[in-house]
Parts: sequence; C-alpha cells; structure tokens
Amino acid sequence: MRKIWDIPGGIHPPENKKQSVDQSIGALPLPDRLVLPLNQHIGAPARPVVKPGDRVLKGQVVAEPHGIVSAGVHASTSGVVESISLHPVPHPSAMSSNCIIVRPDGEDRWIEHQGIADYGSRDPQQLLDIIRLSGIAGLGGAGFPASVKLGPRQPIDTLIINGTECEPYITADDMLMRERPGEIVAGIRILAHILGNPANILIGIEDNKPEAYDALEAALASNSSEGSDIELVDFPTKYPSGGEKQLIQILTGKEVPSGKLPAELGIVCHNVGTTQAIYRAIVLGEPLISRITTVTGQSCAINRNYDVLLGTPVRHLLANNGFDADSCPRLIMGGPMMGFTLENPEVPVIKTTNCILAPSREEMPPAPLPQPCIRCGMCAEACPASLLPQQLFWYAQSENFDRLEAHNLFDCIECGACAYVCPSNIPLVQYYRAAKGEIRTLKQEKIKADHSRQRFEFHKERLERAEAEKAAKREARRRATESARARGAEDDSGITASVATSTEASSTAATSPEAKAPEAGTSAAKATVEDIIMAAKARAEARKASPEQRRAALERGIEAARHRLDSTRQKLADGEADNLGEASLDKLRAAVEDARVKLADAEGKLAKLDLPDSNDSDPADSSRDTGSAERVAKKLGDSPRQQLQGKIAAINNRIAVTEQKLAELTDAATLDALRSGLDKQRQKLAEAQQQLSALPVDTAPAPVESPVQDAAAAAITRAREKAARLAQMSPEEKLRSNLDSLVSRLDKARARLATAIAENADHVETLRTTVVNLESKVREAETKLAQGDH
Amino acid sequence: MTLFPRVTSPHGHAPQRTDQVMLRVLLATLPGLVALTWNFGWGTLINIVLASATATACEAGVMALRKRPVRFYLSDLSALVTAVLLGLALPPLAPWWLVLMGVAFAIVIAKQFYGGLGYNPFNPAMVGYVVLLISFPIEMTTWITPRELLPEGVSLPGLWQSLQLVLPLPAPTDLAVDAFTGATPLDSFKHNTGLLTEQFYQQTPLFSEAELAGFGWEWVNLGFLAGGGWLLYQRIFTWHAPAAMLAAITLLSGIFYDGGSSTSAGSPLMHLLSGATMLGAFFIITDPVTSATSNLGRLIYGAGIGILVFVIRVWGNYPDAVAFAVLLMNFAAPLIDNYTVPRTYGHARAKRATVKKD
Repeated sequence: MRKIWDIPGGIHPPENKKQSVDQSIGALPLPDRLVLPLNQHIGAPARPVVKPGDRVLKGQVVAEPHGIVSAGVHASTSGVVESISLHPVPHPSAMSSNCIIVRPDGEDRWIEHQGIADYGSRDPQQLLDIIRLSGIAGLGGAGFPASVKLGPRQPIDTLIINGTECEPYITADDMLMRERPGEIVAGIRILAHILGNPANILIGIEDNKPEAYDALEAALASNSSEGSDIELVDFPTKYPSGGEKQLIQILTGKEVPSGKLPAELGIVCHNVGTTQAIYRAIVLGEPLISRITTVTGQSCAINRNYDVLLGTPVRHLLANNGFDADSCPRLIMGGPMMGFTLENPEVPVIKTTNCILAPSREEMPPAPLPQPCIRCGMCAEACPASLLPQQLFWYAQSENFDRLEAHNLFDCIECGACAYVCPSNIPLVQYYRAAKGEIRTLKQEKIKADHSRQRFEFHKERLERAEAEKAAKREARRRATESARARGAEDDSGITASVATSTEASSTAATSPEAKAPEAGTSAAKATVEDIIMAAKARAEARKASPEQRRAALERGIEAARHRLDSTRQKLADGEADNLGEASLDKLRAAVEDARVKLADAEGKLAKLDLPDSNDSDPADSSRDTGSAERVAKKLGDSPRQQLQGKIAAINNRIAVTEQKLAELTDAATLDALRSGLDKQRQKLAEAQQQLSALPVDTAPAPVESPVQDAAAAAITRAREKAARLAQMSPEEKLRSNLDSLVSRLDKARARLATAIAENADHVETLRTTVVNLESKVREAETKLAQGDH
Repeated sequence: MTLFPRVTSPHGHAPQRTDQVMLRVLLATLPGLVALTWNFGWGTLINIVLASATATACEAGVMALRKRPVRFYLSDLSALVTAVLLGLALPPLAPWWLVLMGVAFAIVIAKQFYGGLGYNPFNPAMVGYVVLLISFPIEMTTWITPRELLPEGVSLPGLWQSLQLVLPLPAPTDLAVDAFTGATPLDSFKHNTGLLTEQFYQQTPLFSEAELAGFGWEWVNLGFLAGGGWLLYQRIFTWHAPAAMLAAITLLSGIFYDGGSSTSAGSPLMHLLSGATMLGAFFIITDPVTSATSNLGRLIYGAGIGILVFVIRVWGNYPDAVAFAVLLMNFAAPLIDNYTVPRTYGHARAKRATVKKD
C-alpha cells in the first residue's frame, strides 16, 4: 500500500455524479455542421491546410500545428469545408475565433490510416511526432499539447495518470475508466516507452469511483505481463485533488516548485483521457477527433456521457438530451467549480470539453449579493495552495500589486474553493483573475517602456558620438586648412611675415594627438595634411577591398527584409481573418508597404553592386574612391582662391539640386523647409562671391591671415603697383592694358554666365548685365584706342 | 437564438452565510448568559436588550446617512453581536445611559467611522468597554454579589426592580442597593495584603464557597468555554488564538503562583475561570476582523493577549484587562500579519508580506 499524503485545505461540495453514470457512453447522430476551432489547445493556433469547398474525409488533417507548442486539427467526419471564418468558440469571454466549418456528407468515411502495433521498437521521437500530428492536447481541461509534455529535457522517474476527476457533476473520465480501461492501460504502456520506462507509474483515482478502480485493476491484472508495474492508487475524495500539483502532492508528497513544471521533479502527469487518445493515435492511427463529454444538470432530461465528435455544436448535444432552455439559468462548459459559462449554445465541443452542465434554477440559484469580508479565514482554511485569500482579496480591491505578489497571487490555481466557502459570497476568484491580468499587463508595459528607454538612450549616445566625431573632423580640417595656407604663403611669396601664422599652426598641430612629433612648423603641418589624405585613401581602400563582404551583408539584408515582408503579410492576413479594427489593419498594411519598400531598396542596392561586379572589378567605385582621395589632396593643396571657387561651385550645385526638388514637390511643409534652405544657400553664395571678388584676380593670393584682410592688403598693393606702372606708361599703353584687363574680365564673365545658364541659376540676369556692361566698356576702350591710334 | 448569461466560476456555493456565522456566535453566548443571569440577576439581560436596540438604531442610522441599503446591512447581524458581547461584559444593573453610550461609541465610532463591517481595526465592543471604563470607573466596577453569597434576608432585585434601577424611573423604595453589590473575585484578590494564597482563599467566601475558583464566576466562565467549544466544533473559528491565550495565561500564572506565597499572583484556575477570560478567549479575540489572519499569526496574537491580560491583572491598576489587552494586540495585528504569511505550495519557505518584487 502506497503512502498517501494529504493536501492542505480543500472542500467537499455535493458530488452530483450519480445521475450521469447510469447509462453507458452513448453516441450522437451526426450534427448538421461541425465547427473546428483552430485553437483548441494552449499554444499557437493551427494553420488551415484546406480551403472552402474542399472535400475532407474523417480523420483528415484540416489544420497543421504551427510552432512547437501547438496541435493539429482533423475533420471529425467526412464532408465539405463550408468556410474558414470567425465563429463563437468556448472561452470565458464568449469570444469568436477562426474555425474551419465542415458540412458533413453523412457518409462518415474514414481517411486511410494505419497504426503501429510494435511501437516498442520505434524511436520515442517518432511516436512523439505522431502524437503531435494527431492533435492530442491535454483532455483533462488545460489542453496543453501532449507531445510537449512527453518530451521534457529532464529525466523522468514518475509517470502519473490522473483519473481523479474531482469536479462535481463530471463523470467523463469515470465512464472512460469503467468502459475502456484496456485502452487506458495500453496508452500508459506507450507513455512509459516514450518516457524511457520511468521507475514509478501511478494511476490516481478518488475513492468515490470504485467501479472505475475495479475496472482498471482488472485491466492491469490481464496486462501485467507487459512491461513495468503500474500502481493503482485511490485516495479520499476531496476537491481539488485532481489538480496536477495537488495530485503530485497526494501521491508523492512533493510540491512542484512555484513557476516550474512537474518535470523539474522528474514527474510527468497525464489525464486518463489523454492517455487513451494517445493509444488510439499510435496503435490505431486515429487522430483526436472525438472525446467523452458528460451532459448533465437538471435542465437536461437525460444525463449521460457521449463519445462526441469534436466540433459538434453544444446545441446539438443538448437537443439530444431533452434540454429545457427556459429552466436553465446558465449554461456551463466544465464543472461547477472551474467551468465557464457559455453565452451561445452554438459553440462547439472541443478537445478540452469534459462536461456540459445545464443546471436548473433550484440547482444553481443566482449568487446573492456579496457582503463585506469579515476576514473569517474560511477561505484560507479551504485553500489548497496555503494562500491567504482574504488578504489577496483585500489587496486586489486596493490594487496593491506589490502586496499581491508578496502574497504569491500567481500560485493561485483558481480552483474556486475559497469563493465556494466564503460566507459573504464574494467572487474571490474573479478578483484574482482580474488582478493577475492587471499585473501581467503592467509588466508587459514596463518591459516595453524599458526597451524604448534603452533605445532612446542608445540613440542619444549615438548622436553624441557622431557629433563628437564630426567636431573632431572639423577641427582637423580647420587645422589642415590653416597649415596649407601657411605652406602656400611660404611657397608662393616667401614673405617672412607668414612664419608667424605657420608657427601658430604648428603649435596647434603639436598639441593635437595626430601630430606625433612636434617639429618645425611647415613639416608638422604637412604631416597633418598627409595624415588626412592617407586616411581618406585608406577609407577608399577599405571600401574597395570588401565587395564580397558588402555583397554578403546586402544579401543578408534582403533575406531579413523578405522575412519581414512575409511575416507582416501573415499578420495582416491573420488580422483580416480575426476581424481586427480598421485602424490596426491600416497599421499592418502600412507595415507591409514599409517592408516591401525596404526589400525593393535592398534588392536595388544588390543589383547596383552586381553591375560593376560583373565586370570583375569595381571601377566606378574605385575611381570614385580614389577620386575622393585625390579631391581631398587637391583641396588641401588649393590656394584660397581656388578653394573659394570650389566652394561657390559646390553651393551653386546645391542650389540647383534644391530648386529642382522644389519644382517637383507639392508638400507644403517640405516646400517651406527647402525654400528657407535655398535662401541660406544663396546667402552663402553671395558671401563667397564677395570674398572671391575681393581676392586679387590673377596674382598669387596674398599671404595674410584672414581672407578679408588678405583682400584689402592685396588690393592696396595692387592699386599701388598699378599706379606706379601707370605713372610710367604712355597713354596708349595705359589704354591697351586697360583693354586687356577688360577683355579678360569679359571672358570670365561670359564663362560664368554660360555656367549659370547651364545650371539655370537665378543670378543669370545679374551676370548678363555684367557681361553687357563689360562689352560696352570693351567697345569704348577699343574706340578710344583706335582714336588714339589715329 | 437564446443567449445565456455570462457568470464567473465557481457556480456552486456552500450554504454558509455571514449572518449564519453571526447567529451561531449569538447562540453560543447562551450558556454564559444563563450563568450570568442565574448568579447576578436580570441585569445582564436588560443590558443586552438595551444594547441591541441601541446598536440596531445606530447601525441603521449610519447606514441611512451613508446611503446604503439599511435592511441588507442589518441582516448580517454583526451589530447585534457587538451589542450582545458588550451587554455581557458590562456590570449587571448598570445605568441605561452607560449601556447606550458604550454601544453608540462602539457602533458609530469604532465600527462605522472606519468603514463598517470588515474595515474596523479595533474590536468595537472592547473600544466601547474601555471608553466606559476610563470615563465612568465607579459605574463600571460596581458588580453584584452572586445570588447564593448574599447575606441572610437580602435577595437580588426582581425584574421590575431591576428595570427601576436601570432605567430613569423612580428608584425602588424597598431595596438597599449596597446590600447586593460587591467585589469580583479578581478585585478582591487584588486587595489581598500579606495573606498566603490558601489563607486568603479560605477567608474569602467568594473563593471558599466555590467549586473551582471564584464563586459564580467559575460557572460564567465555564459557560462561555462551552459555547466557545461548540463554535470551534462548528468551525466558526480556529483553535489557534483561544488556545494560545489560555496557554499563555496558564503558563504565566503557573510561574507566578509562587507556591501560594503572600506575594503570589493567584492560582492558574483563578485566572482561567475569573473575569472575562473565557468570554475574551472565545468571543472577543476570535473576532476575525481585528485579529491576525494566518494561523501562526493568530497564535502570536492570542499569546500576546494572554500575556497582557496577566501582566495588567497582576501588576497593573485594573483587576481585569481583557479589553486593554485585546485593543493593544489589535494594534499589532497588521504587523503580525506582515511576518506570518504561511508558506505557499511550491515555495521553499514563507516570505514576508513586505517583500517587494521588481
């Protein structure tokens, strides 16, 4: 005799099981349609593999498991798929969900199927796959996919078969054990084989089912030759002994650690119904298409168990049992303790439907108004988890979530024993459910908020880093320009005054980290410039060197984009199917569009990469890259004048691009932004032109510190030189030199005008006037010269 | 198509209701009430009737002011329980205004001001009692001599005479009030100066005539013990708090009995069967609203009351101390609750209620 442990708390509600065990398990006529929800289990919904109009046979897969924790769905009779659409499903919230609706053809014709008689020689994984594809989920009520439970990572030493059925009214497992004990025992042998023949195999039954106990005992006796010992254990009837955690405590004295699975203790627990379903799936090759369901309650004339095809509407079940809707105050799926009410009798029987309870008003009168909690503690006496329900209620009312968690709210199994005994009729379980939901929502929101905070901080950090890098580059460039200017001054004029500038530059360079060896001014400055050029070249090299890597990265990107597009499309389809709100659908649609654009973008990039790649080299890239290096080198070597001209050209270019954009755009906000940008560019252009015009036209740039001072000093020098020259010239020479300078200015102005016209710049008119003026001046000068000649 | 209502589980309910719990508490006071009435006359019954009327009126008045359904809240019988317990605790033949004042204070201030049934941190009956004891010490300590210890020719007042004494009616002419008032056993033991305990017991008729301890009072306490035992059997409350309180008193009085010396604190039996020990243990400290919630918490709570009762009785100014002890431990109950959360299924050890989880 095995030692039996007691569980704390527990209650003894009226059993009400006698009325439904008089008759044997019956069968029902085919319903006019079958409603097969895609999600009859815990986990991801199955994916339909049939379309409306398809003919299906009994036992044919109509939806495949999707993901690890999932179970397939099979047609429970032959017929035609009418539609795949939303239909009310068994759920406490009375929600609708996607269902495959099959119209039976009345032939009830099986698909070809074959079982495995010698499962003992098969690999457990193969059997697990069959169980998974047969759509077997826990028939005891939770609906957890059986294959997942049977494939734990931990070694299992105890297999517990749950025949407790502690809920009042329900007799489905009782009748199954009475009538089909052989199938259950055979199923246990299969489970034992899959789990590697655990040392202890126990069947737990409450002592209010002596017939079931005897039947199983007989089946075990006739089956004892095969495999290890199976121990049949009965224990005193008490609700909720049938809870998995409670049964484990009763039979082993162990407690499943909070938040963990029984497998942590080396225990796996399965319901007798699940065990029998596994037997049929493996040995007979029949998927899960029916289950035993108790139809009971005083509003039904007949109280009996049926082998019900999954998907049979509850209405059909009730109609065959003389149901009187008027006398029934509530319709319950499951037992009176943990069952939930059905609003709509059209909902189907699913894998977890062990009972349909249709009580009369006398049987289940409406609950009286709750009175204040007097903390009498009867709930704590009844709680099988040793919680303090009165404290949980107190804190749930005040939404004190910290306290609720400190009082282990999440260890509540919602058995309802506390609410059952509460003398004040407080719906305690409902408070706990609501509080649990609230806490879960808050936690999810917190995770979300944490993520976005992290993202934001990272983003900020990245921006700061980029800004710092930019600032460093600017600083380097500034320094390089200064030293270049200094060098230019030395080279061109050799004026000793520039030494001051160059030493200053070199001292700046010396303090900077790039300048490793502070030497004499010029060489230090040159070193800095060369560093920058080298860096640019290196970047170009790097870019050139890894086309394969870039290609791989792009391909990865495309793969990811494609995946994203697929999943968003799937989501959109799901959303449409689930009748989501238009707003969320729009969001999903936008996401799909976004994903599509990104994919196109990525593919475009790859194509671009492929193009030069096909020539087995990367000329465009390399030329561009070496070009940029050259540009940098050139820029740094440029005289201030050349730099300014370059700058003006660049600004002109930018203006042209902006104007083109402006012409194309219609969006007001962007338009304004572009316009103000354009104005700024023009302003810059004007400044640059002013600077340029201030510079001496032909001669080498004056070696002075700032451009303005440069220009002024140069102009003065030039004017003085000119004056000196003029003083020495004859009038004719004067006229000729004047004419030469005018012609050269005219040429330049014409060239600029041509560029401006080509670029469609808006200073064309100004330039045109300048050219016209210059032309008239040249003519005047020529006339004067001709007059002088004569 | 008919749609059925959406109702949350569980769908069944045990027949037990709050008013039935309260009714059983009221019934369980009967043996003690009979003993009180037998020994001390009509006074206690009059107290209870006055107190019940006052409590019902006060409760109804406050409920009407709070715009709550009056009948629904009266039907939980909680006000009646408070009234009866206070009526039992007050001295028989106490003046009507004393009863009224105590009950009104208990219901209106100690109970309803805190939110009504279930929300009061202090036991209303004990708050009422302590307010009276501090405000009207003479009226509150005037007790009756048990019927059978009355001197020759003196008898307890009859019903009409009692009503005349209690209510603002012309006082009975043929009655000498001083003739039938006297000290309680605890009171008289407190005034023992220098006698050995045995000697004192022999010289005082209150003890020498008694079977166990304190004439009359022993039966009152045994009556409440019987009622309490029945409530325990009915599972109205658990054994933890009463057992802990009685154990604490027994243990302490055992230690400080001191072999019955002249400085002895009195025998354990005297402490257990005198004053309000049993009324307190089974009817006052078992009030679930104001006590600790877990079983361990109730053990601590009950033991604390037992210790305080003994300490105040022996070394304090008052002959009895149940009301003070209960109120002091009412203060401590939430604190006790924080540290006595039971170990939940699947947890290696119990944790404190103040633990915060991130």
